[in-house]
Amino acid sequence: MSEHAKRAAGAGDSVPGDAEGDRAGSIALYTTGLVFALLLTAASFVVSQTHLLWSPGVPAGLAVLAIAQMGVHLVFFLHMSTGADNTNNVVALAFGVLIVTLIVSGTFWIMAHLNGNMIPATAIMEMSH
Amino acid sequence: MSAHAATLEREEDEVPVSALGPAPVRIVVGYGFWIFLLSDIIMFSALFATYAVLHEQTAGGPSGRELFELRHVGIETLSLLFSSYTCGLALLAVERRQMRAFYICAGLTFVLGATFLGLELSEFAGLIARGAGPSRSAFLSAFFSLVGLHGAHVTAGLIWLTFMVAQTAYRGPRDFVRRRLLCFSLFWHALDIIWVALLTLVYLMGAR
Repeated sequence: MSEHAKRAAGAGDSVPGDAEGDRAGSIALYTTGLVFALLLTAASFVVSQTHLLWSPGVPAGLAVLAIAQMGVHLVFFLHMSTGADNTNNVVALAFGVLIVTLIVSGTFWIMAHLNGNMIPATAIMEMSH
Repeated sequence: MSAHAATLEREEDEVPVSALGPAPVRIVVGYGFWIFLLSDIIMFSALFATYAVLHEQTAGGPSGRELFELRHVGIETLSLLFSSYTCGLALLAVERRQMRAFYICAGLTFVLGATFLGLELSEFAGLIARGAGPSRSAFLSAFFSLVGLHGAHVTAGLIWLTFMVAQTAYRGPRDFVRRRLLCFSLFWHALDIIWVALLTLVYLMGAR
């Protein structure tokens, strides 16, 4: 099939979440995603509620589990893949992740510095006397 | 035919992207909605950053450790996860024109989403009744804005789902109806992804 015919048939591209056609979306795919998500959710609750992990490492462990679960959702529910027809979706996602990282890490950076440079409340009270 | 000739033929078949012509409407609509969802996630990231900065500023009031009930949150998580699953199945069913399965799955999606929302509202009501409303401290303001915005999205999703089921019943599984259902399922899955971040940052890390 030529590229023109493929595009006319709608096979040259794909969008996230599309369940049309044989390429994406089958009940087995959604069920696999559900099982993985349930396991990761259970693991998050266990890690946060028990002393299974060394306690200063718990936030990092929770973050890893959360990122893994977001990946599971993207792959099994939104049908993100590395296929050629998925490039646009992945590039848009990568840009979104970049902006989110900038906003979150930038906020932490700025607020930590502001906090460090702030005059303690007790000092302000002394000055006003 | 030699392998070389086969390669040549494949190269001739490859038309540059610029010469392909417009993509099908389904692709354009779905991609546009995906861009919207990413911008929505960026808006959420600002509130996540705010919450992360303010979560210890309790102004002498209750902290997350005293307020959050993980059993409650666990049920919320499960209902949202299963509603995401049934939403995927509903989309699959309508693509295969299995209308009875579509209505059952869409109904389950609505019930599970409404369960989530009911639990969240009862949690909010309980917090406000205990004097831990959004005006109590910077921590609680950030908490109510972040979790409340997600709840508002779920509410909008439930209204949208109701309209989409009515439209599918009235107009049948036509192309434009299925495009809108695709957008709805994207929206619903994205809300579940945001909930994963919310559960981890706000509840699991906050309740320790």
